[in-house]
Amino acid sequence: MKTNILPAIRLTVATLVLFCVVYPAIVWAIAQLAPNNGKGEVVVSGGKKYYANVGQQFTDDKYFNSRPSAVDYNAAGSAGSNKGPSNPEYLQTVQTRLDTLLVHNPGVNKEDVPVELVTASGSGLDPDISPAGARVQAARIAKVRGVSENTVADLIEKHTQGPLLGIFGPSHVNVLKLNLALDQIK
Amino acid sequence: MFAITVVLAIPFGSYIAKVYAGDKTLLDPVFNPLDKLLYKVSGIDEKREMNWKQHMFALLTINVVWFLLGIFVLMNQSWLPLNPDANPDQTADLAFNTSISFIVNCNLQHYSGESGVSYLSQLFLMFLQFVSAGTGMAAAAIVFIALKNRTTEKLGNFWALLVKSCTRILLPLSILVGSILAFNGIPMTFEGKDTIVNMQGDTVQVSTGPVAGFVAIKHLGTNGGGFYGTNSAHPLENPNYFTNMLEMFSQMIIPLAMIFSFGYFLKRKKFGWMVFGVMTAGFLLLVVPTMVWEINGNPALGKMGVDISSGVMEGKEVRFGSATSAFWSIATTVISTGSVNSMHDSTMPLSGMTQLLAMMTNAFYGGCGAGILNFFIFIILAVFISGLMVGRTPELFGKKIEAREMKIAMIVALLHPLMILAGTALAAAFPGITSANLNNPGFHGFSEMLYEYTSSAANNGSGFEGLGDNNPWWNITTGIVLILSRYLPIIGPVAIAGLLAKKKFVPESAGTLPTDSATFGVMVLAVIVIIAALSFFPALTLGPIAEYFSMK
Repeated sequence: MKTNILPAIRLTVATLVLFCVVYPAIVWAIAQLAPNNGKGEVVVSGGKKYYANVGQQFTDDKYFNSRPSAVDYNAAGSAGSNKGPSNPEYLQTVQTRLDTLLVHNPGVNKEDVPVELVTASGSGLDPDISPAGARVQAARIAKVRGVSENTVADLIEKHTQGPLLGIFGPSHVNVLKLNLALDQIK
Repeated sequence: MFAITVVLAIPFGSYIAKVYAGDKTLLDPVFNPLDKLLYKVSGIDEKREMNWKQHMFALLTINVVWFLLGIFVLMNQSWLPLNPDANPDQTADLAFNTSISFIVNCNLQHYSGESGVSYLSQLFLMFLQFVSAGTGMAAAAIVFIALKNRTTEKLGNFWALLVKSCTRILLPLSILVGSILAFNGIPMTFEGKDTIVNMQGDTVQVSTGPVAGFVAIKHLGTNGGGFYGTNSAHPLENPNYFTNMLEMFSQMIIPLAMIFSFGYFLKRKKFGWMVFGVMTAGFLLLVVPTMVWEINGNPALGKMGVDISSGVMEGKEVRFGSATSAFWSIATTVISTGSVNSMHDSTMPLSGMTQLLAMMTNAFYGGCGAGILNFFIFIILAVFISGLMVGRTPELFGKKIEAREMKIAMIVALLHPLMILAGTALAAAFPGITSANLNNPGFHGFSEMLYEYTSSAANNGSGFEGLGDNNPWWNITTGIVLILSRYLPIIGPVAIAGLLAKKKFVPESAGTLPTDSATFGVMVLAVIVIIAALSFFPALTLGPIAEYFSMK
């Protein structure tokens, strides 16, 4: 045992320097060359800064609404609801969300509401909705803003990100970027 | 994607075998001086060969040093430097749990990264992610060395194996992956939380930090502890589908490469392929049905009339979708990474069951080094059972397997179910303490407790995160499970290998049972399935299976 203690302590100190100081310093230095100096991707619009990948709360009828969130999109923290699929209280919550959504979007059939609009994301900060989730809100947006539904549909089309290399992953729409573009039409 | 990882794992496995054998590699000009410096500073004679007991003493000693240092850092982080968000100290029981769970490569996190640790603590935990993965790999390397065809007690130097695993395997890959991640929008900064005003006028904060470096090693070292509370579901920890693929690749590459390096090191490539075949069969048996269940969606929501064609989306991110998240949930549980890109608590009951089974078998791929060690136990059992079936003395690689080795193998194999089932039984026996921590009622609540102990015993670290686990009960009981389930499954296989190494080598003859055949592979798979099924079926019936039938 005694033969091991000193080398163990000295090796710990030496590797601490390597992995706690040198390694992060190397990655940090390389990250300085990355977009926004490695502080995360941001969008600047109208003098305000937003994080492109961090979802925001959108509940106004004039904006495309984002998904429900367990942390109300405050990125000081992050959390999912962690509700089990058979939890009665949870199923009631989803039903309420669906009813609210139908009230705000008259004329929409519930069969057309994609499930992600009434369920909370894993992080509580999901920046995206599916193209179907955006299209189902198009009529409401057009009416509130007094623009044609075609304009809104084109905008959704333009902001839809297809699968990576055309094959990997689902199509999705960044709600923040879509709403920023929405504020620009007039 | 999976195919690319396998294709790259083969040459990488050959590289790992060369590193442990001390053969020349391309990276020697960089790492020979670095390693020499580390040995010199630490006063280590890397040429001094150790027997298996000396190896284990060295391993345990340095782990104790890390543990004590970890407790100190976590309980004093409020006044130590690099705490821009003024996060408070951890309580004693939480620091105990966190420190243990990071030295044992589990990364069960009973805190949220945004508020529970300072940047200094994050960096220290990152250090533990390197060295705990290195510990597992070094232990596997001892087994590799012991199984070479010769009779010896000398099994290399533990310090050298540990240092080489960290510097030559984990470090270069981490720098590469970390840099690519930083270029994809993952923060790597030492500034504190950023305050922004949203488009709708809400003021919110955004947590940043040295995330990219952390995420790289958390996957490469199969640690899985997230920088943020929601791990790789967080859009700053895993911003797009490309980073998702890269992180998946990172967590699979070393466990896969270790299998092939086993074959290369022993010059028994076919044996490596047998191991790979069994593990892949087990992985596919778990992952395919899980993906089907998740893609089919939650029928309870389908009854409400919404469109569930995109699958189960509660607890999932739109940019990954249900299929990818289901794949990840099984990959992370078989490999003992425990990082998540969706909330397992909200997956369908039977998906929860396959996630649990992935950790209960704990032998398909497995963590850095630890996977091979667990699988080694099953190989010993399979050799013994099939030896009895055909009436021959069981032997592995020309060494006889006798009563002493079998006893050790049985203790290790039975420890895993004991920890999980006894832990869950205790928690269920004291509902006064534990029931208030559950986030869901009924059978699902039971699954939350079962998952917590399974994840601890498998050193996985994922969770049914609805469980309110930051209190003395969960911190202490899972801490104990973590210690026993980490060190005994390391000491056991190393002891067996050490005992085998001392024995006389009997050349293989026509009477030897070949261990690199498909038949033997089926035998190993059968042993794993029987042990898992018999031990865990009753518990699974009370949790996920009961919930599944209650939803019909």
